[in-house]
Amino acid sequence: MILVVLDHDGTKLRKGSLEALTRARQLAQALGERVAGVLLAEERAPLEEARGYVETLYVAELGPYTAEKWAAGILEAAREGVKAILAPSSRQSRAYLGRVAYALKAGLLEDTLESWAEGGQVYATRYAYLNRVTQKVKSAPPVVLTVKPNTTPLAEPLGQMGEVVTMNVPPVATVEVLERVQEERKGVSLTEANVVVTGGRGMGSAEAFKQVEELAALLGGAVGATRAVVDAGWRPYGEQVGQTGKTVQPSLYIALGVSGAVQHLAGMNKSKYIVAVNKDPEAPIFKHADYGIVGDVHQVLPALIEAVKKLKD
Amino acid sequence: MKFIAVIRQVPDGESRLRIGGNRVDLSSATLILDQMDEYGVEEALRLKEKHGGEAIAVGFGPERAEEAIRTALAMGMDRGIHVVYEGYADPVTVAEALAPVLKEEAPTLVLTGGQQADWDSQALGAALAEALGVPVVPWTTALELEGETAKAKHDLDEGAEWVRVKLPAVFTTQQGLNEPRYPTLPGIMKAKKKEIKKVAFQGKGRVEILEETIQEKARLQRILDGKDPVAAAEELVRLLHEEAKVI
Repeated sequence: MILVVLDHDGTKLRKGSLEALTRARQLAQALGERVAGVLLAEERAPLEEARGYVETLYVAELGPYTAEKWAAGILEAAREGVKAILAPSSRQSRAYLGRVAYALKAGLLEDTLESWAEGGQVYATRYAYLNRVTQKVKSAPPVVLTVKPNTTPLAEPLGQMGEVVTMNVPPVATVEVLERVQEERKGVSLTEANVVVTGGRGMGSAEAFKQVEELAALLGGAVGATRAVVDAGWRPYGEQVGQTGKTVQPSLYIALGVSGAVQHLAGMNKSKYIVAVNKDPEAPIFKHADYGIVGDVHQVLPALIEAVKKLKD
Repeated sequence: MKFIAVIRQVPDGESRLRIGGNRVDLSSATLILDQMDEYGVEEALRLKEKHGGEAIAVGFGPERAEEAIRTALAMGMDRGIHVVYEGYADPVTVAEALAPVLKEEAPTLVLTGGQQADWDSQALGAALAEALGVPVVPWTTALELEGETAKAKHDLDEGAEWVRVKLPAVFTTQQGLNEPRYPTLPGIMKAKKKEIKKVAFQGKGRVEILEETIQEKARLQRILDGKDPVAAAEELVRLLHEEAKVI
């Protein structure tokens, strides 16, 4: 069996789940296995939608997310034996799959760009060294594999509804959630955006981000922020790009007043085109830029907004 | 109380990487204590300072990784344990190698970095937690001990949450949790005399690296002078539209 964790936001499956499904179907074909899904619910889960994608769907109501509960649910679904477990890459998936991989003594292939099976072995490519190196790796089954977002075509529904298997997952209560701080998200999601406009400490204030938002909106993109900006409280954590934030890979990445620390580069150095605006010509970000302007961001940004508006007219 | 920081030695993110054969060759790279692990060392020291007890650095890696353990000792950790292993090991294997050592020490809690700066893995904390049969709190930004439990704030994919967790538990660390101290000269002198216990690991990894290639894209480096911001902005937008064709 190849098991896919169908991650969801409470109403619909996440795009990453459909990418993981495509990868699961490829592996299943090469290894002569069938695909099953596991849907772990927090009250309302997209059960009907999920049933459309797999012949067998393992379901359990587990209450609020904890890595321990999710790991227990996946291990229950995997009880009859699995060759591979796949899930979209996320911080959360790595926490529960790290547990699952250890419990199954499986090869853990994180954040894979591609995956395939050959001669009974599972192969994958992934980035390492803060996104600077591409590795080709292999492991014998069972493997636990996470799929990097935006690397894989989305799976199509099967055209029939799968059988639902309701699981009884033994209760796990080692982590008590006291308070959850949800972040409001507006506009296009950062990890899926084709254009990302990021402001750094050089923006100088929270107010200055109004113009970052304006430029992002004009280009149909999302706003990003550096760690320093988030720490200063100018922008929410959900917008942070970098090693401790989100990894993005848009066609166009515009870095405004960003110096280019290694931790930030790790989150965006795979972007197709990188544009930097910084008054310091020695800023490391320029070494990683395709285009750039050495200048005061407070003068250049309004001019950029005007120039884009002019282009659109 | 006993606070353990699990650490690894990695290349400095600023140092140039080279490929030798078909693998990354670190022989000329600057190797450091992983910065994400430094937060764990600092937190272990702060917990010890506040609650008393012992702070131990447990390292995994080749012989040379002893330098990273010495750095942790110079920061103030009481003693070190080095599980020696040459070559690559996936997080499940590292957890297997460290589990007997950690079980023997029976720590109050274990800290380790949220992401490794060499293999980009984020799973060691979770794998360690499973190996020890305890909960994991990934990407911790605040941590307080409250008797038999800890209260912690940690990041989710979207947003964050406060949790209460029964100890022992594993916490993965990141920037924002604290500000790691620098080793002092007396600290460095003292570290030379502190014990590092060596433990051999005979196991074998499940995941094999077949090939590594450097993927640093050559950038166009067309940098404009912004003395005339309007002209520079117009030229940039023209280049993005006509040359790069991304807007």
